Amino acid sequence: MLTGWGPSGPDGGTPGRRVAVTGLGVVSNAGIGPERFWEGLCRPPEADERERRVSGFDASAWFGPKELRRVDRSTQFAVAAAEMALADAGEVDPDPARAGVVMGTGVGGLSTLEAQIEILHDQGPRRVSPFLIPMMMANRGAAAISMRLGWRGPCETTVTACAAGTHGIANAARLVATGRCQAVIGGGAEAAITPIGMAGFTNMTALSSSGISRPFDRDRDGFVLGEGAGALVLEDWDRAVSRGARIYAELAGAASTADAHDIVAPSPGGAGAAACMELALADAGLPAVAVSHINAHGTSTPLNDAAEAEAITKVFGTPGPPVTSIKGVTGHSLGAAGAVEAVAAVLTIVRRQIPPTAGLVNLDPEIHLDVVSGSPREWVPGPLVSNSFGFGGHNGSLVLLPPDQ
Amino acid sequence: MDNEAAFDKFKSCTVEVLQVKPEQVTPDARFADDLDADSLDLVELVMALEEAFDITVDESELEGVETVEQAFSLISSKL
Repeated sequence: MLTGWGPSGPDGGTPGRRVAVTGLGVVSNAGIGPERFWEGLCRPPEADERERRVSGFDASAWFGPKELRRVDRSTQFAVAAAEMALADAGEVDPDPARAGVVMGTGVGGLSTLEAQIEILHDQGPRRVSPFLIPMMMANRGAAAISMRLGWRGPCETTVTACAAGTHGIANAARLVATGRCQAVIGGGAEAAITPIGMAGFTNMTALSSSGISRPFDRDRDGFVLGEGAGALVLEDWDRAVSRGARIYAELAGAASTADAHDIVAPSPGGAGAAACMELALADAGLPAVAVSHINAHGTSTPLNDAAEAEAITKVFGTPGPPVTSIKGVTGHSLGAAGAVEAVAAVLTIVRRQIPPTAGLVNLDPEIHLDVVSGSPREWVPGPLVSNSFGFGGHNGSLVLLPPDQ
Repeated sequence: MDNEAAFDKFKSCTVEVLQVKPEQVTPDARFADDLDADSLDLVELVMALEEAFDITVDESELEGVETVEQAFSLISSKL
């Protein structure tokens, strides 16, 4: 990962400190915690789940009864994933002034906002909770994590719709690469399956009317709304090695670009997405041909999957490396998605397997990708790319390497 | 409503909003030190009390209110 560019761009730029991934945390309908999550990814989802809600999540494992009433579900997810990741990483023990948190989210505490607006209408302004603002603000998840850990370095939130989880991790990693931080928790969280969220996405015709998430399928008709959180502990590589940490992967590159085209539709030919993947590879100093797997954004909307496929083909050729989208299982968890998928990509390195794209039955004939479907496929070790794209034209890509490369 | 019934109602609001045990809500208990309540907690408690007793408490009336006894007298004076 670079910390400065050369005169002509990333080529000849300044390599930063290496970034190790040492801890994983995930809250998903596929499973809570990396083990169950992975099992869920490799098992086809129950049919007709129009909302992919996280079930079996007991927030009281992280919050006392009083605190629990004062944190939105999205913050509960964020804290759970972050603390899970930190526990997984072992004795990180950074200098608190050089430890940070960067989380992504699409909207923040939507269910809290919605409930309080109902109270405003029904009971008047004097009954609106004094906790509304700190519960709904998009930065609450990151703030909660830093407060609980006492980490006093940068604590920020990236709000780039469905690309936020990927950008959160990228921004976290850059803080390690520059040497500003010894350790940063990077991730994303979202809990927006609410009546207003559903109505909004439905009326913009983004949601699947069939209720089936089937990325890259010829019959795909929109995404299925999901929720959850993902978090990675990112550490200075040398420091992680010297403390004897188990290193899952290296976060070797990341990029962020904008389509500057349309508020919801991707740019023609997936040009912004292609530029993003190319830049992430340049950041990692790797050629496209080296890439062994792409964890796609693959939302199951007609436009996203076509544009992403075109972008991947442009950068990697035909058929290119094996591609998967876990959204067949997880649905689309918006600002959490990129972080949840980064956890999946790291688990591909750990398990040496690519989870299948659930829901995919008939590959769209216009999509010329090698999409993994049916059952998990053995992964040939090499660099991985994980993509996220968001309304607003935001593109994010991460490049992950196996630790021994 | 007699004083005892009013205090019981006051106590149950306090227990619910501040998530404390009923026996902690004694007249001399201090909100900040004994009941772990910050200023926003108190705003929420006052809302619950307004609702429960069908009264209105102005923000300025809360100045100097630090103990359960002080808060309860304020509520009682409005019944």
